[in-house]
Amino acid sequence: MIETLVATIEANALIAAFVYVGLILGISNWCARKITHGRIHGSAIAIVVGLLLAYIGGIVTGGTKGLADIAVFSGMAVLGGAMFRDFAIVATAFGAELSALKETGWVGAFSVVLGVVLSFVVGVLVAIGFGYSDPISLTTIGAGAATYIVGPVTGTALGASSDVVALSVAAGLTKSILVMVGTPLVAGRIGLDNPHAAMIYGGLMGTTSGVAAGLAATDPKLVPYGAMTATFYTGMGCLLAPSVLYFAVAWLLG
Amino acid sequence: MIVYGVALLAFCYLVGIYLGGLLGNLLGVDANVGGVGIAMLLLIGLAAWSPVKVQLEPITATGITFWSAMYIPIVIAMAAKQNVLGALSGGWMALLAGTLAVVASFLMIPVLARFGRHDHD
Repeated sequence: MIETLVATIEANALIAAFVYVGLILGISNWCARKITHGRIHGSAIAIVVGLLLAYIGGIVTGGTKGLADIAVFSGMAVLGGAMFRDFAIVATAFGAELSALKETGWVGAFSVVLGVVLSFVVGVLVAIGFGYSDPISLTTIGAGAATYIVGPVTGTALGASSDVVALSVAAGLTKSILVMVGTPLVAGRIGLDNPHAAMIYGGLMGTTSGVAAGLAATDPKLVPYGAMTATFYTGMGCLLAPSVLYFAVAWLLG
Repeated sequence: MIVYGVALLAFCYLVGIYLGGLLGNLLGVDANVGGVGIAMLLLIGLAAWSPVKVQLEPITATGITFWSAMYIPIVIAMAAKQNVLGALSGGWMALLAGTLAVVASFLMIPVLARFGRHDHD
């Protein structure tokens, strides 16, 4: 009986994922109402629950896809994959104000460049603090502090060692997860409550998953604005890190 | 028909991702540059374009707003498939680099937000 149940779930993984997500959101919304009395968004709780489940999944299987590495939960990787995520992000643009997008203009574009350089510099400084001194390793770790995609792309382009590439991915993952959890907590203090600030936030943070979840837990109406600028960040990082930023690091180190 | 809305959304998505890929190739970058953003602008533009606008009856728009509403559930699933263990097992250097990058970026938001507004006044 159990075998048939497991086989049914595994053969219909995506459909099963709808049920799991519905359960997680239902329980989280209940907790938000009854325990926090609406002080914390139900979706913020659900995202933290999702991350905890991902951690448990990682410990149980030793894989890299969190909960989705457990066969009966594999549908979570499809539903939460880049295809559905980006499709839903595009859908949120329906009803977005074009005037708000235009208003931000060059500050939005500037925030993307500044976001990449800022995270990169912080990453490089931390790596120096931990005793790294060769420009390739420093650049790769700095690139990882931008996003977990820019790190390995840069490391591969420059020929960094695999353990340094792994470190850059870990730095990028830390950033992404912290943006998911931290955004709703600091949103009020940093003025993240309007389309203009959301576009700058997207450009500075850059991690698509972090921005997507961070805004979902703060105010879903801001999603299209943050996503608009964040979508240029990884490309900008892949462009700048292995070229201009690498040369700058190499030059500064003599 | 609802499917018209879904089809319009899917069309915008594909065109955007394709153009983002082309832009990446053009820049010699191994990444999609702004594909989602291009798709969003295309959707906003097409939905406001008069021949399409006439077609976008409320029931057709439901095909788009459904996916917009599915955004949060999808993000929950995305959280559940993150490599959280990988982030935590990277050691102190990775944790510190990621954390400080986020703190520095958060601090810059009010600065840039004021900058942009001031420029506009």
